[in-house]
Amino acid sequence: MNIHTAAQEENLVEMSYAEAIRDALDIALTNDERVVLMGEDIGVYGGAFQVTGDLVHKHGDARVIDTPISELGGAGVAVGAAATGLRPVFEFQFSDFAMLAMEQICNQAAKMRYMLGGAVSVPVVMRFPAGSGTGAAAQHSQSLEAWLGHVPGLKVVQPSTPRDAKGMLLAALEDPDPVMVFEHKLLYKTKGMVPSGHYTVPLNKAEICRPGSDVTIVASSVMLHRSLEAAETLSAEGVCAEVIDLRSVRPIDRDTIVESVKKTSRLVCVYEGVKTLGIGAEISALVAESEAFDFLDAPIIRLGGAEAPIPYNPVLEKAAVPQIDDIVSHALQLCRGTL
Amino acid sequence: MPKTKNANIPFAIANYSREQLTGALRRMFLIRKFEEGAEDSYMRGLIHGTMHLSIGQEASAVGSCMPLRPDDQITSTHRGHGHCIAKDADISRMFAEFFGKETGYCKGRGGSMHIADVDKGNLGANGIVGGGIPIAVGAALTAKTLKTGRIVICFFGDGANNEGAFHEALNMASVWALPVVFVCENNKYGMSTSTERSTAVENIADRAIAYSMPGKTVDGNDFSAVCEAVNEAVERARAGQGPSLVENVTYRWRGHSKSDRNRYRTKEEIADWMARDPIKRYAAVLEEHGIMTAGDIEALEADVDREIEAAIDYAKSCPDPSPLEVTRDVYTDAAQ
Repeated sequence: MNIHTAAQEENLVEMSYAEAIRDALDIALTNDERVVLMGEDIGVYGGAFQVTGDLVHKHGDARVIDTPISELGGAGVAVGAAATGLRPVFEFQFSDFAMLAMEQICNQAAKMRYMLGGAVSVPVVMRFPAGSGTGAAAQHSQSLEAWLGHVPGLKVVQPSTPRDAKGMLLAALEDPDPVMVFEHKLLYKTKGMVPSGHYTVPLNKAEICRPGSDVTIVASSVMLHRSLEAAETLSAEGVCAEVIDLRSVRPIDRDTIVESVKKTSRLVCVYEGVKTLGIGAEISALVAESEAFDFLDAPIIRLGGAEAPIPYNPVLEKAAVPQIDDIVSHALQLCRGTL
Repeated sequence: MPKTKNANIPFAIANYSREQLTGALRRMFLIRKFEEGAEDSYMRGLIHGTMHLSIGQEASAVGSCMPLRPDDQITSTHRGHGHCIAKDADISRMFAEFFGKETGYCKGRGGSMHIADVDKGNLGANGIVGGGIPIAVGAALTAKTLKTGRIVICFFGDGANNEGAFHEALNMASVWALPVVFVCENNKYGMSTSTERSTAVENIADRAIAYSMPGKTVDGNDFSAVCEAVNEAVERARAGQGPSLVENVTYRWRGHSKSDRNRYRTKEEIADWMARDPIKRYAAVLEEHGIMTAGDIEALEADVDREIEAAIDYAKSCPDPSPLEVTRDVYTDAAQ
């Protein structure tokens, strides 16, 4: 359930996904002196994707901190600052660069509270501009959310709309534990209606975006939007798809998925990360292990990224991740028993 | 504030009270005997896993923490028992942690390599070489941003100075003039690989120039020399003038960990360093300057022996954690 009041509902503003994130950061910087932003070129440059924009002019360079090109050290500084009283938001310029900082994310941030017997919390927020579709090739286009979703101690979310991007970021900033926010680069310029002022969206709840009866499609981020478009086509073909925005990779909202599959008896998981050992495997397994197993009328389908790095050529790049036609054709075959 | 330098009076004697000076010797004994007690418990099968002992490095841990206020913070290393004691930890809770007990500092979840005492400002040992260095800089960023007046000491070893985290963290600390003191405990070997074979500079403190910060190499087995060098760095950090790098040259008497067969160094080398025992040297200084008599020192040592014995007995008597609570404290909110 989105936590926003009726008054805020009336006060909706159209903004882009990037603007919605900036709005959340602005609110947090204004309301809480412990909040600092850190990252490469997030100051006067405004961030590689113009997410931080002009925040440095409003809040100063002691709060909006340009780091050197030091992903490991920078992430570690954010972790140490979070453990000692600040609320840092660390921006990786591209999520791919977070591989340089895996030590601090996975060995330090994720484990510190547990290792120390609960003596500290690490309220760090890390932002990961992710995904393909920009022609930036293999080292600037990956979808690594499943990597981090494998690590106990982290929370991993993938907001799909401007409203969720703002509300989930504000929730992340109030969360006592490390929250990893994956933002798809293709979403930054997409627009939507966003409540003004402060509100939060839970970090552990999926959302049924389109109710349906014939097949459940679970997706998030860009794949949610492709799935919603696919659902329109499917509807014309007489298939009524239920589309679920996963929103959170860790924890996964098991109940929403299981209840949906019990209703539709069919499941398609759509995700941009590499198919093998990915988010779809986890969703398939949790359904197979649940009471929904007995309701299944067809095999579970996983539509994931190709078993290859993301290529440069635009035709190849599209071929490397699920497209709307893939979702339509697989869902149709599933529902018609022609798989 | 340090008094005027007198060539004949060591810095520590000139600047610290009798109580502080005897307290420092007590802590050095505590570290030595804690390590011996932990080793003995391991040999007798009471402690599992592994551990990294700091016997021979006591002056570095205690001397470096002398200029600190109680609310100043440290980050520590896999060889971190001494730092924990130097920052005023309760050895009963330390032993309880080593024995894996619910009453330990980490409730039995961390063990030797994650020993910490956050309330006393010890943000924790670390199983990753160099892992604590950026974290220390983050703690210093908090101190500067929230104007807490705290400073942070970042302990690390000679091995960590070749990690990328060292470079990135020292650079940022200097660019942002953060209140942190980097204390390198150079015990000559990163596991088996000597600094001569691993490190392109002769002194690790020489690397300070690359970060535009003061760097100083001191005899890490000379308690007073350590106090003096770290004190200067702490005062500089406290005054808002940014970080420093102090290199305490020392030696670990024991192997890297319990698997070490000492194939990379000679018995003569070890004997030579044992002859430079930091505790004996400091005790001699205290005697020479009339702070303690030989009898006082003997009594103090016996007192520490009893304290260690009682702490081990306490640890043995404590309850084990419940297997039902294996996922407790992964997240802060119980809902996870």
